[in-house]
Amino acid sequence: MSAAAGADPMLPRPYRVAASRRETGDTVTLELVPVGGAAPGFAPDRFKPGQFNMLYAFGIGEVPISLSGDPADGGRVVHTVRAVGAVSRAIAQAGPGSVLGLRGPFGSAWPMAEAEGRDLLLIAGGLGLAPLRPAIYHALAHSEHYGRIAILYGSRGPAEILYRDELARWRQRSGVTVAVTVDHADAAWDGHVGVVPDLIRGVSFDPANSVAMICGPEVMFRFTARALLGAGVPAGRIHVSMERDMKCAVGLCGHCQFGADFICRDGAVLRYDRVAARLAVREV
Amino acid sequence: MRADDAQPEPAAAAARAGARTPPRLIGSDALAALIATLAAGGYAVIGPTVRDGAIVYDEVRGVADLPAGWTDRQEAGRYQLERRADGALFGYAVGPHSWKQFLHPPAELLWRARRTEAGFAVEAAPPPARRFAFLGVRACELHAIAIQDRVFLGGAYQDTGYAARREGAFIVAVNCGTAGGTCFCASMGTGPAVSAGFDLVLTELVGEDGHDFLVEAGSEAGASVLASLVSRPATQAALAAAGAVVERARAGMGRRMETAGLKELLQANPEHPRWDDVAARCLACANCTMVCPTCFCTTVSERTDLAGTEAVREKRWESCFTAGFSFIHGGAVRASRKARYRQWMTHKLAHWIDQFATSGCVGCGRCITWCPVGIDITEEGAAIRGHEAAGRDKPEVAHGDA
Repeated sequence: MSAAAGADPMLPRPYRVAASRRETGDTVTLELVPVGGAAPGFAPDRFKPGQFNMLYAFGIGEVPISLSGDPADGGRVVHTVRAVGAVSRAIAQAGPGSVLGLRGPFGSAWPMAEAEGRDLLLIAGGLGLAPLRPAIYHALAHSEHYGRIAILYGSRGPAEILYRDELARWRQRSGVTVAVTVDHADAAWDGHVGVVPDLIRGVSFDPANSVAMICGPEVMFRFTARALLGAGVPAGRIHVSMERDMKCAVGLCGHCQFGADFICRDGAVLRYDRVAARLAVREV
Repeated sequence: MRADDAQPEPAAAAARAGARTPPRLIGSDALAALIATLAAGGYAVIGPTVRDGAIVYDEVRGVADLPAGWTDRQEAGRYQLERRADGALFGYAVGPHSWKQFLHPPAELLWRARRTEAGFAVEAAPPPARRFAFLGVRACELHAIAIQDRVFLGGAYQDTGYAARREGAFIVAVNCGTAGGTCFCASMGTGPAVSAGFDLVLTELVGEDGHDFLVEAGSEAGASVLASLVSRPATQAALAAAGAVVERARAGMGRRMETAGLKELLQANPEHPRWDDVAARCLACANCTMVCPTCFCTTVSERTDLAGTEAVREKRWESCFTAGFSFIHGGAVRASRKARYRQWMTHKLAHWIDQFATSGCVGCGRCITWCPVGIDITEEGAAIRGHEAAGRDKPEVAHGDA
């Protein structure tokens, strides 16, 4: 937890959009800098991979958005936002110079330290690559601490692929496997077509000594986790990032409850063995 | 009084009991003086009063505002005020209101933001203007306040508005002498005797000999207020009568919840057929969550002025029974009533224990009384345990609608 004791965790601070980069038709990556310097005890730019901030569009509302930047780069707050509703649309449309509100960082993190000494499987579906990107940056920057690193990514179609240039760069690294699949190909696509779990077969890793981090739609990570279990990865080394509605982000509003867990506080990153039974029940 | 004073554990209660002053007796005049003293001390004194055919909590200016000679008859889906044979001021169980609406108000300003040259500036909501003194807080309600203390103050992040209102509150508790038809505090271990978390506690003694209140202080602030009132030492007869008052309430509990293994039972049975059964009756109206003294869920809304230069963010009570509660892009996670009732009851009686080391239920019976179709949480619990209707100690009494 990083908010200073006694500070009101509900108050957003103004951040200016320094840069906006279009990733796909409806998704942008924003770089934000604090207006007038960051307030003491409030550091949305110091975060752990997997955490999120609450982003606020003036007069419209607030939504939870994962941090998608490099955790080692403390200068800017980076978020990749898809326009899916009124608030996320307003945030995605905020051009350079616009001011957004920000509070955080909140939530649990990918187990980067616990994964040291093991092979890493970083598996994303759709926009799920954004919350995994800080973990990828960290793993690549400290690759000597990890075994083989596999980045497996599924997208609806070639046009929806995020961070295309970076995926190409990561693929050049030795010891790093990058595999991308799409649900629906177009004429120009010569890569893999199919679902994400299919990619696992093509990766060489030691199932008994691997840590998997999965982020994507629930149906995607359920099937992916099942494939990993089938390959011999222990359930306790599979981690998933969950999504629920959130209003407060600090465990007070009740919206994000998933069984006994508050996704904002106990998640969003949760160990698969902790949530597997609940994931099997509809409408929890 | 401090938030951590109100702990449901018996150990904390015992510690408090040790700090108590010897009980004193006061008359109705001194009760009037108590209200006046608290008001003069800057408190908004909130107590029971009759309005719209129910006993509700509102600002009281004197003893005349209290529900003298009224009681409430409660059953599943039914609430009716009735005249008592005596002039008791606290001779009812609990009404639709709880103290939650003052400490955790139904609507609350979180902050305002103004557009500026640099973007916008956010201004926190002002601290509460008045302190509350609560008059007539029952044992179950003290436990409910202690539970909300854990929810709002016990974690890494605190609800700053709740903290300020709670810090300033003065609590005059009352031992229950009358249990309602839907009460089950005795089986939840939350009443009917007041044990901790109060500044003063009253036991109303009304009979042929007169109308007195046995008073004990539970805090220094309470002792200081008590010392300012005209009082006399408690007689052995008064102490015995006060004990009998609580025993009468304990014996009159209309309901019982079997709590042994209930958490594990509910968490192991998300697919029990009883959820379909209750879903066929539940209207998803959210009444149970609104009257529940521990339900804490909220949503936020954003309002701007016409010029778009000022924005206001407000927090409002929300219920896990609404379709919007679990909405994420693509639809509601809990689309069915089955899922929503299961969420509410399993959270209240099971997940709450994992989250806050206490049940979320205090056995006040409000959710049973104010359910328009009379769904009874004790009966649902018993049904999942496999004993149909075992939650009832008494057959339902037929009487008129409220």
